[in-house]
Amino acid sequence: MFIANYIGLLHGSETHLKDSLLKVAEHHKSEPDIEYICQMLAGWSDMHIQHLEHFIKRYEEAKESEPDKLQKTLFHGIRKGALGLLRDLHDLYLLATEVEISYMVITQASQALRDDELEKFCKDAIKETERQINWLKTRLKQSAPQVLVAAG
Amino acid sequence: MHETRDSIKDIWGGRTPYYGSWPERVDERTLEEPERWVQSACVLCSNDCGMDIGVKDGKIVGVRGRAVDRVNHGRLGPKGLHAWEANNSPDRLKYPMIKRNGKLEQASWDEAMELIVRRSREIIEKHTSNAIGFYTTGQLFIEEYYTLGVIGKAGLGTPHMDGNTRLCTATAAASLMESFGSDGQPGSYTDLDTTELIMLAGHNMSNTQTVLWTRILDRLSGAKPPVIIVIDPRRTWTAAKADVHLAPRAGTNVAVLNGLQNLLIEMGKIDPEFITQHTTGFEVLKKTVSSYTPENVEKLTGVPEGDLRRAAQLIGEAKSMVSTCLQGVYQSNQATAAACQVNNIHLLRGMLGRQGCGVLQMNGQPTAQNTRETGCDGALPAFRNWDNPSHIEELARIWNVNPVIIPHWSAPTHAMQLFRYCEEGSIKMLWISATNPAVSMPDLARIREILDKRDLFLVVQDAFLTETSHRADVLLPAAIWGEKTGTFTNVDRTVHISYKAVEPPGEARSDLDIFLDYARRMEFKDKDGQPLIKWNDPEGAFEAWKVCTEGRMCDYSGMTYEKLSKGSGIQWPCNEKFPDGAERIYTNFVFNTGFEDCETFGHDLDTGAVTSLQEYKAIDPKGKAWLRASDYHSPHESPDEEYPFWLTTGRIVYHFHTRTKTGRSKELYDAAADAFLQISETDASRLGIKEGDWVEVTSRRGMVQMQAAVGKIEPGQLFIPFHYGYWDGDFRPRAANELTITEWDPVSKQPHFKYAAVKISKISPQQLSEDPDKEKQKGVFQSIGSLIDTISGAILIGGRH
Repeated sequence: MFIANYIGLLHGSETHLKDSLLKVAEHHKSEPDIEYICQMLAGWSDMHIQHLEHFIKRYEEAKESEPDKLQKTLFHGIRKGALGLLRDLHDLYLLATEVEISYMVITQASQALRDDELEKFCKDAIKETERQINWLKTRLKQSAPQVLVAAG
Repeated sequence: MHETRDSIKDIWGGRTPYYGSWPERVDERTLEEPERWVQSACVLCSNDCGMDIGVKDGKIVGVRGRAVDRVNHGRLGPKGLHAWEANNSPDRLKYPMIKRNGKLEQASWDEAMELIVRRSREIIEKHTSNAIGFYTTGQLFIEEYYTLGVIGKAGLGTPHMDGNTRLCTATAAASLMESFGSDGQPGSYTDLDTTELIMLAGHNMSNTQTVLWTRILDRLSGAKPPVIIVIDPRRTWTAAKADVHLAPRAGTNVAVLNGLQNLLIEMGKIDPEFITQHTTGFEVLKKTVSSYTPENVEKLTGVPEGDLRRAAQLIGEAKSMVSTCLQGVYQSNQATAAACQVNNIHLLRGMLGRQGCGVLQMNGQPTAQNTRETGCDGALPAFRNWDNPSHIEELARIWNVNPVIIPHWSAPTHAMQLFRYCEEGSIKMLWISATNPAVSMPDLARIREILDKRDLFLVVQDAFLTETSHRADVLLPAAIWGEKTGTFTNVDRTVHISYKAVEPPGEARSDLDIFLDYARRMEFKDKDGQPLIKWNDPEGAFEAWKVCTEGRMCDYSGMTYEKLSKGSGIQWPCNEKFPDGAERIYTNFVFNTGFEDCETFGHDLDTGAVTSLQEYKAIDPKGKAWLRASDYHSPHESPDEEYPFWLTTGRIVYHFHTRTKTGRSKELYDAAADAFLQISETDASRLGIKEGDWVEVTSRRGMVQMQAAVGKIEPGQLFIPFHYGYWDGDFRPRAANELTITEWDPVSKQPHFKYAAVKISKISPQQLSEDPDKEKQKGVFQSIGSLIDTISGAILIGGRH
């Protein structure tokens, strides 16, 4: 059984998503919405991480290096200004989809395991991950034309 | 000189008790006997009372209410009776001005307009139209908004159009769209004439819409008086009339309203049949509100358990109900979510679309409704959905342009973002009409810096030199109400016509003429090479607007200038089916939520994320209203050890916006000459502050100094009116928005003026002069002073008259 690997992957990805949301909140404070919305979204990830501990105890986790690598590939230092914001939101989106797909995979496993509790956790969490993704998409769509066309 | 009452002292006038049909009472104030009366309506609050303008020797000499009008039945409030004097003020701008070497100098219209056109073209060539933004107002007429809307959307093709209606009415629109699929007020003012219960949420109606409050006072003194429930942290005149006054801590509206819904559901005081047939989302709502027990609500909001129960009991017993919301909801935490909960209460109880039952998501400004309708607030004209390709094609057909010119790749830019783009430098030209962001926007220090940016080309059209307009690169003198003809709409969908009564001063021109001139000079064309703007006067613009609205919910197609001139204002929809307008909408309980019709596919109320076309199609409620559920989230800034008080800001009865007009009437000016800090008895005595003492109020953004007014507010909370800026020569920092936060509601994008954490300290009057910011403030007004010297003769800033 390799579920411990995927729990490790999810744990790592969700933690990176939370940390990155908080960093973006800090770096783009001057935007009227970024700070508080990113903090709120980080709070959702934090709740997921806390709940996940319960299942880590149940199934253990195998630490996966992939989330760390992904994080390093994605965020390059502090990026300021409109283009920096766009790039940061873009990378948050990629991280969030990594989290989303991990939940989906574990949901499948939870059904085969007949672990209703794990299934419910994943299904509730993935709803919030989808809300994170939807917000990132909305904000990216708003920023993109202004940054790529009018700025500079 | 004729005055039916001294409205400064007697704000609402005498009672005419009633139930059913509101009796007439004609209010009048003239300084001389008019030679003639000209039909109009009042533009000093969002009520839009029908009014006649008295004219003598080419000058406005007074006003009187129109008895025939459905909105006011002849009545007028203190602002309406006095603020017309602003038209005659010697402070009026009379000539265009261009900034040269840091100073505004008199220029000709040709010079000013050519400069605007040259800069527009240069910017478009280098950076596209995405580098041009417009910031309008809640003061223009339909004809002007619509013309500007077409210029922006089909001429330039810029997504950056918003108005300061974002600060006053955006949440009204957003909540109506989220609940009912489209903007458009379900109710009518006549619902107040028979309703059994009125709930005012965050709405100090006695101050903000005095004539509408008079209607309620008359009901209260007549047969079958309605029950009044008020949700407001302050003990206002409105709250004094309440049967139940819920005074929640700042930012906790959602918790209170969830608590009410929970009790209504628990008591079975809901309409299951209506819920099943006409709404969607009940199960989620029920689950969400179930944890808001009266005990929990008391913990979250400070509202005593018993009061909440009593309010729910009264709502549960009422056979009809009208609710209103205003800035206490719209400018506070979770604005759209809270306003939707008020809509929910009506949906849960089936209290819509029939006599005595309605929701009035109020507007702040007289013509705010029209920015929403015409597309000047970023939305698309006639409640079209920017995310629905067939709506874009329809507009392109009406305007005879290629659909791609119309910006619809994402939600239109809202005010706070627009200023952020200016700050970042990606908007390089900002055109402000008839509004004063240098006093009205949050976090003023930041707004001043943005407006003063050297690489921002700032065009301002205004009637006066204001804290904003003196910063312009090109300043255009505008004609105002009474000096131009046009139409506008109030919160209960009543459309009024207001005729030109007198000539504008000097070379001032109407906003419509300015926009038409810009369009001509910019040579905007349709796809056949014909001029994009095909009208030259107000009536032509109105006829074009009718075409744009035909078949839409806000259908004006059955109206004409002639029809609007016959007596009362007329409600939309007005078309073949309703030739005299329709009292209510949604009378068949079919809402505008169908995929084809809806103005929005909806948002996540917590994040503002938009629902996509595909997602919406999958859940299309096809005419059922949305019950939108939301959990309470605490505000983003809360009092702490360093900043221990909640600050809330708002209006007072004698003034409107930043007093640009009301401050030009001596009586209104004197009635409330300066800002003040309202503080509870408990806090005042603890800090040794007495009525009239000077205090300094500081937030993380800035500082103000003012005198204290003690009482009628809960401990821990403070209130400052937002009207006061610096144009009338007071240099000490006193604008409430020096303190407020740059944050918005995630859905409506309305800024949060209603809460900020602040600290206060008592100061001596001598300390006022030691204020470190004073020099900076003074700098601004010295520049006004020197400006006045430079152009004396062009404009005269007189003393108070």
